Parts: sequence; C-alpha cells; structure tokens
Amino acid sequence: MSKENVLLSVENVGKQFEGNRVLKNINFSLEKGKILGLVGENGAGKSTLMKIIFGMNEIADTGGYEGEIYLDGEKINFKSPLDALNAGIGMVHQEFSLIPGFTAYENILLNMEKTKPSIISKIFGKKFETLDRQEMKKIAKDAIDTLGVQLDENALVSEMPVGHKQFIEIAREIDREKVKLLILDEPTAVLTESEAEILLKAMRKLADSGISIIFISHRLREIIEVCDTIVVLRDGVVVVEKPAEGLNVRQIAQWMVGRDVAGRKAVQVRDVDISESNKDVILDVEHLWVDMPGETVKDVSFSVKRGEIFGIGGLAGQGKLGISNGILGLFPAGGKVLLNGKELPLNSTFNALKGGIAFVSEDRRGVGLLLDESIDWNIAFNAMQVQNRFIKKKLGGLIKWRDDKAMKECADKYVNALQIKCTSTKQHARQLSGGNQQKVCLAKAFAMEPSLLLVSEPTRGIDVGAKALVLDSLRRHNNENDTTIIMVSSELEELRSICDRIAIVSEGKIAGILSPDADTAEFGLLMSGLSNLNEEGEEQ
Amino acid sequence: MNRVKEGIRNFGWPRIIIGLFLLALFIAGPFFGVATDMSLNDVIVRFGMNSVLVLSMVPMIQSGCGLNFGIPVGLVAGLFGAVMSLEFRLTGTAGILVAFAIAIIVGAILGLAYGLLLNKVKGDEMIIATYVGYSIVFFMNLLWVALPFKNPSSVQGFKGQGLRVTISVQDYWFHQISDILAIKITNNFVIPIGMILFFALMSFLVWAFFKTKTGTAITAVGSNPDYARAAGINVDKMRVISVVLSTVLAAIGMIVYQQSFGFIQMFSAPLAFIFPSVAAILLGGASVNKASILNVVIGTLLFQGILTMTPSVINSAISIDVSEIIRIIVSNGMIVYALTRKAR
Repeated sequence: MSKENVLLSVENVGKQFEGNRVLKNINFSLEKGKILGLVGENGAGKSTLMKIIFGMNEIADTGGYEGEIYLDGEKINFKSPLDALNAGIGMVHQEFSLIPGFTAYENILLNMEKTKPSIISKIFGKKFETLDRQEMKKIAKDAIDTLGVQLDENALVSEMPVGHKQFIEIAREIDREKVKLLILDEPTAVLTESEAEILLKAMRKLADSGISIIFISHRLREIIEVCDTIVVLRDGVVVVEKPAEGLNVRQIAQWMVGRDVAGRKAVQVRDVDISESNKDVILDVEHLWVDMPGETVKDVSFSVKRGEIFGIGGLAGQGKLGISNGILGLFPAGGKVLLNGKELPLNSTFNALKGGIAFVSEDRRGVGLLLDESIDWNIAFNAMQVQNRFIKKKLGGLIKWRDDKAMKECADKYVNALQIKCTSTKQHARQLSGGNQQKVCLAKAFAMEPSLLLVSEPTRGIDVGAKALVLDSLRRHNNENDTTIIMVSSELEELRSICDRIAIVSEGKIAGILSPDADTAEFGLLMSGLSNLNEEGEEQ
Repeated sequence: MNRVKEGIRNFGWPRIIIGLFLLALFIAGPFFGVATDMSLNDVIVRFGMNSVLVLSMVPMIQSGCGLNFGIPVGLVAGLFGAVMSLEFRLTGTAGILVAFAIAIIVGAILGLAYGLLLNKVKGDEMIIATYVGYSIVFFMNLLWVALPFKNPSSVQGFKGQGLRVTISVQDYWFHQISDILAIKITNNFVIPIGMILFFALMSFLVWAFFKTKTGTAITAVGSNPDYARAAGINVDKMRVISVVLSTVLAAIGMIVYQQSFGFIQMFSAPLAFIFPSVAAILLGGASVNKASILNVVIGTLLFQGILTMTPSVINSAISIDVSEIIRIIVSNGMIVYALTRKAR
C-alpha cells in the first residue's frame, strides 16, 4: 500500500466516556477511491468512531479522544462537524435531517443555493440575491442521476417514501464541492432490496470517481458485495482488517459476535426442561404486535417454560425491546398473551403487574427511576401501588398510610443483597452511578416478588464490574425463587452466558430460537436477517 | 465553614435576602413611628388570610401540573359559596359552614373540568392555566350580574339586581374563624389563633393525604410520569385528583380570607390573587414540581411580611409610595427566578 494513496488513516484512537472505555487502540487506513465496510454489533463502538472522525460536539464535550487521525496526510482534530464538512468529509446519519416542506432540490442545495443578482441585491448586497431555481434544479438532477435513481426533484420531501429520502440525503452530501470522504451510517436499513441495489451501484460509481466511502451496515451480504476492505469492531477493538475479497458472510458474522463460549461460567445447576414435551408453560405469546416507535414488533409468537431464563436478542431497531414493553402494556399492542394459561389483557400495565409480572425498563433514567425521590421510594413504590404492601392502617382501616419504616427495611435488604453503593436509603436515585441505579431498578422488580420477570437491556451503559453483579443477581434470583426471567439484550455474549434458550428477533419477527451453545455464526446469520430471507424465498 | 455554606445553600439565597430585608424593616420601623405590635399583628393576620391560598398550590405542584396560575377557578367557587350563604341570610357558624360546603362542592365540580382540560395540554399546563384563570373570572362576571340574587346587602343598591363590587359580611359571619380563641396581647396586637389553627388543620389534611397510597402515587406522577405509568398508575386520574384538591383548597382559602377581611370582593378581584400566591410558595423554596408545607409557611410569612411592612415603614421614611413597586418586583421576580430553575 503506497503511502500517497492513503486518504484517511486512524492511528491508536481510543475513547472513554466517564471511565467507561468504548474504543481502544483503533488502527486502520482507507485509500482514495476505496470503500471500507465497518461492521460490528450494537455497542461495539462504530458510532463513536464515526463521531470522532466527523468531529461531533459530544466527543469534545466528554473529554476528546486519544490517538491521531490523518486526512490526506494532515492531522485533523475537528472542533465541530462544520470543520469536518469544510475538510471534505460528508456524513449521512441514520436519522434524516431534511426539511419536510421543501422540495427535493431545495433540500439537496440547502445552504448551497445558486443565486442570481436582482435589483434589490445590487443595493443591499449578496444576501438579497434571488434563487436561480433553474440552475438549482439542474444541479440537483445531476446529483440524483449520479446515484442512478428515479426521483422527481420537484417533489416535496414530506410526500416521499423513506427510501427516496435516504437518496436525497446522500445526494446532498455528494453535491458538496471537494467531498473526499463519505460516511454512510446504515443507509440501506430503510431501503428495499432493489433500492439498496441501486445505492450499492451508486456507491461503486462514486468510489470510481475518487471519493472514499466508509460504509456501515448490518447487512453483511451488501458489505461483501461492495466493499474493498472490511473492518470488524468488537467491544471497542478492531478484531479484523482484511480485503473483502474471498470472505463469506458466515466468517464475518463469527468475527462480529466473536469470543468463544470458553469463559462462560458453568453454573447451570437448575434443570429446566426446555423441550417441547414440557407443558408447564408460564407465558404463551401468540401473534403479538407492538407499535413501539423505532422498535416495531410485527408478528411474534413464542412460549416460555416455568423457571427458565429466556433470552431475546437481535440488533437495535428490530423490535426486541418492543416485545417486553408491549407485554407490559406500555405501548399499543395486539395479539394474544397467555399468562399461566389465562389470557392477559394487553394495553393494561396494572393488570400485567397484578398478574405477577415485573419489568425492568431499558430506559433506566426515563422510565425506571424516580430520580428525585429516595432509594426506598424507588424500590418499594411498585409493590405498594400494585400489591398494597408497605401500607399501615389507622383508625380501623379508614386511613391507609404508607409505612415508611417497612419501606426502609425492604430497601435496606436489597441495598445489602445487591451491594448498592449509597450513603443511605434516603439518598436520591439521581446521585447514584449508572450501575447502582440499575441495581435499584432490579431491586424494584425483585421487591414485587414476581413469578415472571421481564428485563430489558439490564447491562446497557454500566461498567464491567456492575455488569457481572447484575447478571449474577438475576441468575441467583432465578435459582432461589424459581422466577422465570425473560431477558432482552443486545449483547449476545451476555445472553449466552445465562439463558436457557435465545430467540433472535429480526425485522419485528422471531428469526429463530437457538440454544446458547449454538455456533456463533448461527446467531450472526439470524441477526442479519439472512436465514429469514432464505425462508421467505422458499415460501414464494 | 463548609457547614455554614451548605446550610445557606439549602435554605436558598432568595429566602435569606428577603428575610434579612424583612428583619431590617422591623428594626427600622419604630424609628419612623411605626408601632411594632401593629406590624406584627398585620403580618400574622395576613399570614392567616393567605396561607390556605398558598397551600392550595401544593397538590398541583406535586402532581407535576405546575404552578396553579388558574387559582381563580377555585376562588370563584369560594365567592359563589360566600354569596350563596348570604343569599340564605345565614349568620354565624351556620353561615360560614354553608359557605364552605357550597364552595367545596362548586370547587370540586369546576376542579374536575379544569383537571380534565389540563390533561389535554400536558407540558403547557401553566400557560393554559393562566388563560383558564382569566377566562373563568370574566365568565363569572357575567353570572354575578345575571343571576337573580336578592339579598339587599349583596345586590347593587341603585337598581336592586346584580352583585356589588364589594359585599360586607359584617352582619353575617365576620371573623367567625379569626376570633376563635383569639389572644389579645396589646390593643393593636390580637393573635387570630382560630385562623392559624384552621391553617394547621388544612396543612395536616394535605400532609396526611400525601402519606396515603394515592398521595404517594400523585407524588410519583409529578416526579416522573413515565415511571408512574410503568407502575400501572392511571396518570391522568392522579392529575385530576390533584387539580380538584387544589381547586377546593383555593375555594376554602377564599372564604377564610373573606371572613377575616370582612368583605367579599367580587368581579375581577380574584385576578389579584394569582401572582402573590404563586410567588409566595416559590419564595418559600418550592420548585415547579416539588413543594412542601414548610415551603408554604416560610413563603407566606416572608411574602406577606414584605407586603405589610414596606408600605408602613418605607412610606413613612421617604414619603413616597414604593410598596406597590416592591411588591411587583418581588412577586414577578420570584416567578421568573423559579421558572428559570426549572430546566435541569
């Protein structure tokens, strides 16, 4: 690899957020006119890496990064995305940043409008020149044609399908003068097969014209098809950097999911019969759909045996979070859910809780905690409201007061059991660290003494030590109280370490249910929705 | 030293500054010929008159509905109770009890409607509440003229129909609460024990309510509605309960005010209660979503203290009426200060 031809080189880049390390010693380089595929699980550090390259403010706000990045041989350290844009880096984000009420060409040329002088502008200056709409349309059309997509530049963005919006985003980036590097963050996620096909061709065309591209996608097949090199990130480290040629999907999936099950603790003392013959089913879900924004569940059916730990995995946005939220009635849902053989009315949180389900939300600070109340309130509140515990009666039952003393005792018990670090149970939840907040959330669920426990992303955003404690306490609770646990997590390793069975959700459906001992590649394939595609193909 | 700093921070600079200012006024008073016993009397009476109104802020703040700028909804219910009691020509204890009863019923009904409305405008409660407060006062102005009131002491003398602007309760239930167990210390200083006790009773009821399961749920709704929803709580219902409670308390507070003042102030008078009540609880240290009884006591004392002391002391000192200016600066300034604290 000749040094002159290298456009971007990343050397020893690392990043930590408040002591939580997300990237470590990242090294890779990208040549001019080449496409680099970046793959990795959720939380592997892809987005953080891209944010560093693009100079997003949140990187500088959280203390900058380690290591060096060179663009065209020059060391860069952008203060803001504007610097990055000026240096010739374009980025297409997962979320659209388009103005719905503007037409396609207006959006493409936003803030780069072509103007022509008018009478007023001659007096008041350049700011008052009128728009040269003909010229703008022409430029926009050229950009759209470069992408090779059929798209009316006069149409309003608000009236377009998502796929077209994605193309407009890209058209806007390539239209900038002197764009050298294009970062595409999951551009194909919202596209149909044929649209994705067009986009891949367009990418190739752009690359041939000398623009380098970093392409992030979960669709491994696309990566292999279009990329020159592939970089696989796992837990903040580059595990593989290889030319794409000759690789296959299975191999990449294995690198992505990684680590062999060797380090796994063999503590499965419980013996839960998870075979079909076991008829002791605690939860039966049939054709569940949940309208949770960003995590839509389309049609999910599964059943959970009493006493098992059932894992639900999958990539972000595929609907795995929707399942637990839907069963609990936090988002509009339909279908049929049987709890202990009896139908559980959906869309009623109170009934779900009353029926013996407890829920640990993935949104710890938003849904899981009363940040400005004390720890004992946080722990005892659900049990009090749903099960009428921690209430003392006065005047012969006429007045029912909350029993602050009993609440404190209960909280003390869990503070000890879960090793929650706090000054006292009167401390406000806001002042605790993320890991300890998560333990409070678990304590809240345990305090309800549930027969079925739904945990969503129990280890998201907490450090390694707290992670182990959280998983341990889940396992122990399952062991000692015979509580059935459904655990939703994007960290596959975690699921494999404690679950009896793992369902992988893809595109709002269950792609398959595997044993935790199954081959890593199997999981990777299910996550990428590949075997799903095959099934659909067979049905047609 | 750190302890002192910590203590000051917990108590809050606004309270310390206003408290010192109030103390300075009390010390300066005698030098300008203002009798201290009379000043104390005024402060305590005004505290008694306004404390229940300020207390009525607490439930809505706790449930996350924000500061009750729509307090006139409760106040007009209080007015209605008072004029109805006069209409029945009831005097003494019976008079004030009937006034309370009617005010509570009307307050509960209006509060229910007001609460349902506020549930439709989550996030903008305080703006909408302000509009609601103004609207209901002007709507009631029509009714005060149109309803067929007959009692000669309440209707306008010259045409015999429509209520007067101020109605005297001197012959009906003047000082019915204030004079209970009143202790006369000097000629100018009578402690209205009854009114203080009444406030204590109301405070106890509010405190006790927030110790119940429902009260706890309301506090949780105010603290984090999403958390409450995930605990199976009907968030909208809890908010309505708190609004009804606030409105009823405001109605009761209005009657307490009238029996002490001696007059029922009709028509646009309720509007004059909005900012002072809101400012008082904020001055007492409440935030937009957390308030306690202690906030009510401290805030009402400080705010009413300033209000009574500035006209007498400063006006005698410099012979210019600045009390109104100070009142506006303190009340509006306090509200602005508190609203800027809201963002976390």
